[in-house]
Amino acid sequence: MSGWESVIGLEIHAQLATRSKIFSGSATTYGAPPNVQANLVDLGYPGVLPVLNAAAVRMAVKLGLAIGAQIAPASVFARKNYFYPDLPKGYQISQYELPIVAHGGLDIVLEDGTAKRIGITRAHLEEDAGKSLHEGLPGVSGIDLNRAGTPLVEIVSEPDMRSAKEAVAYMKKVHTLVRYLEICDGNMQEGSFRCDANVSVRKAGARELGTRTETKNLNSFRFVERAINYEIERQIELLASGGKVVQETRLYDPDKGETRSMRSKEEANDYRYFPDPDLLPIKLDAQFIEAVRATLPELPDPKAARFAAQYGLSAYDAGVLTASRELADYYEAAARAVPKEPKLAANWVMGEFAARLNRDGLELAAARVPAAGLGALLLRIADRTISGNIAKEVFEVMWTEGAGADQVIEARGLQQITDSATIERAIDEVMAKNPGQLADYRAGKDKLFGFFVGQVMKTTGGKANPAQLNELLRRKLKG
Amino acid sequence: MGAPHLKTLSELAAGLRAREFSSVELARMFLERIERAQGTLNAFISVTRAQALTDAALADRALAAGTGGALTGVPIAHKDLFCTRGVRTTCGSRMLDNFVAPYDATVVANLRRAGAVMLGKTNMDEFAMGSSNETSYYGPVRNPWNPALVPGGSSGGSAAAVAARLVPGATATDTGGSIRQPAALTGITGLKPTYGRVSRYGMVAFASSLDQGGVLAASAADAALMLREMAGFDPNDSTSVDTPVPDYVAELAQPLNGLRIGVLKEFFDTGLDRDNEQRVREALEVYTGLGAELREVSLPNLPLSVPAYYVVAPAECSSNLARYDGVRFGHRCEQPRDLQDLYRRSRGEGFGAEVKRRIMTGTYVLSAGYYDAYYLKAQRVRQLIAADFARAFESVDVLMGPTTPTPAFALGAKTADPITMYLNDIYTIGANLAGLPAVSIPCGFVAALPVGLQIVGPHFGEARILAAAHAFQRATDWHLRVPEGYA
Repeated sequence: MSGWESVIGLEIHAQLATRSKIFSGSATTYGAPPNVQANLVDLGYPGVLPVLNAAAVRMAVKLGLAIGAQIAPASVFARKNYFYPDLPKGYQISQYELPIVAHGGLDIVLEDGTAKRIGITRAHLEEDAGKSLHEGLPGVSGIDLNRAGTPLVEIVSEPDMRSAKEAVAYMKKVHTLVRYLEICDGNMQEGSFRCDANVSVRKAGARELGTRTETKNLNSFRFVERAINYEIERQIELLASGGKVVQETRLYDPDKGETRSMRSKEEANDYRYFPDPDLLPIKLDAQFIEAVRATLPELPDPKAARFAAQYGLSAYDAGVLTASRELADYYEAAARAVPKEPKLAANWVMGEFAARLNRDGLELAAARVPAAGLGALLLRIADRTISGNIAKEVFEVMWTEGAGADQVIEARGLQQITDSATIERAIDEVMAKNPGQLADYRAGKDKLFGFFVGQVMKTTGGKANPAQLNELLRRKLKG
Repeated sequence: MGAPHLKTLSELAAGLRAREFSSVELARMFLERIERAQGTLNAFISVTRAQALTDAALADRALAAGTGGALTGVPIAHKDLFCTRGVRTTCGSRMLDNFVAPYDATVVANLRRAGAVMLGKTNMDEFAMGSSNETSYYGPVRNPWNPALVPGGSSGGSAAAVAARLVPGATATDTGGSIRQPAALTGITGLKPTYGRVSRYGMVAFASSLDQGGVLAASAADAALMLREMAGFDPNDSTSVDTPVPDYVAELAQPLNGLRIGVLKEFFDTGLDRDNEQRVREALEVYTGLGAELREVSLPNLPLSVPAYYVVAPAECSSNLARYDGVRFGHRCEQPRDLQDLYRRSRGEGFGAEVKRRIMTGTYVLSAGYYDAYYLKAQRVRQLIAADFARAFESVDVLMGPTTPTPAFALGAKTADPITMYLNDIYTIGANLAGLPAVSIPCGFVAALPVGLQIVGPHFGEARILAAAHAFQRATDWHLRVPEGYA
């Protein structure tokens, strides 16, 4: 695709983790039977009025502060008017001209390791619509209004991304951030975190933007990447063959891996936005904003930088360990047991621990070995009670039986042998049993060193301290 | 029992407490009057006889036990756009002919808590859009002073009911004059409070930034009593204002001496009927005699209020009425072919011509490319008008002028030309655009038809305008006149 440049902007919809809806007291729990979480306000009954949920405002402000954006001292709800059966009032309450958050940004790391700033134009509060259900209802459509009125923050980026990979990196960054801030559960399968991708292409070096398409409702990182790549290729092919890109809304079909037209610009609704007269402007003073700022956790980027500096970790490791607040907290708690060996703790958390979680398909919160337990195990590696290999065995037992490290080491007699005399005795024994190999080794067959290591380990039940064993063995084999 | 229907609401409340008559007796008597007048006036859409008698019996028990509230046992009616649990709320529209709200509007709940007994729901222009009560799906209401004439609108049913003493008081709503104009045309007292004073929760919306619930009653004292029980902050209405409700009844005694009355120059324009003007000028003289001081005041942007209103109100209406789509409640067409057909026919059949006209106007002024020229400009005009009023209230305490340009007009006289109908609200719309409280009180007759004097106050100045109205009613008896056949 050389000679072409793609330009991508994302509109991310993050469902705010409030307990009740943005304008009514209904619960927002996912998965309830249809319409049990819809009260008169959600149903748009005659005479009812919206009342703003203050928790949603605090969450939007939290996001704004975390992306270094301006928090509007006064922002306004507007009505977006269109008819659809899952939109009970015939309008969606959103923000239009005066959003609560504007002019922020986030840094993503490109493949070559350099950082790139992605501008965030605005983030605004709005209510979600309900759902129309067509499956399993022959001849009719069902409407489930449980989701109607669920608070969303729509995060609109600048068209700053130049590839699907950048778009995914940005989306992951936002995903990490909203979970850090505890304003969104980030559950993409349930639709709590989804995005629309605006894609256009232009000749490399061109100043003017090409005509864009908007692909709606992408609810996985993989779909975002595939849909964008599909769009880029489709548009380039069109333009290269002398055609024109039509400004339109498209849908991604994950089964076919393609996007298809949903409606063109001409068919697009005129939403007739105007300020919602049922709601007062959201007015926020500095005191409120500072109070929210005080609740901000350490954010992912500063945390990763701190991990790198404080624990001497690589940027990559620091990035992996800070990908979620829970993982970072877990790491720090485990590493606290071995203050001199933060790298050992990092390797274990990213290696054995992550692999075990993965194998059992568990979330971190459900880990069978708590951070303190892993710390206790790391301590035994650090103080040379056990070797790294034995530690893996111990970890496995800890995981399956829920036992503590010392308990397992003790019960199974897995303490490392560091007594030179004991190790030397084992070496002598092995040398005596294998005169042939000994002769060969001494004749110059260096490769056999490993054989002797293995044999001694076998004799000691794997408990000999490896460093000591190596040193003693080398000396003894020389004769 | 004498003639309790001629007593004011305040007198009835006192009489009930003194056990001069029972609530059941009152309810039966007024229900009978309602039923007798229904064929002529068509003031009610629903009469809730059974529930009224049950509630009245309960009120009597409370009165006997001495546990009643300020209005215990007093019969009232609600305009049929206040939601009432279990009783249908039609808004005068075919669209909501079958709609029974599962909840009470805050105003309804407040008055119920105060002990008032609802006798029924009153007729009104469809979705409160109209100035003559001729747009109701349930047929026009007729003016008790002359059944060939309109009672005004949109609260025409409430106004006719109070004027004919079918109830001592009724709730109403005012978006551009819908309380004051029918009050003037039927010779009663109509109070539109400050925007935000009375909760809009459960009041079916026409134009949310202008709608305000209020009172139609025989006197300012009655309006004060009802308002005190209706008003107050409501956490369910973000636009209701969290400021204490004064005891409007106690405040009625405010002295008039030295009251600075601004006489609105723009209200005495060429459109004002000469005889109507004469009655209003005479009323102003009464105030001078009571010790008030008259000053001419000009609100230069006020003549723009009708065009500004007929952009803002339809814009909000076009959005507010989008929920009537035949999906969840209200009218649904027979056998819809598809979704578009469902929308088109349900709305096409459910709404009347005036509602459709305003939905289309509103949709147009909010459309891409027209928003700035119409909606935004109208909002700016609105700010200018509000600023004019604010400036005026720096030098006067209240503003006065006519409520309407003419007395009641004949049925059908203005239905052909919506603009002449709209111009009937020329003096009332300003207070809505600025969110100000205003009251209309009867101040005389022209050709045996009542004329209204309008008193506008500053924000939350209800006590002041009610006291001014009350002082006038202590000096005159126009408010005690009852149309022939209803005394």
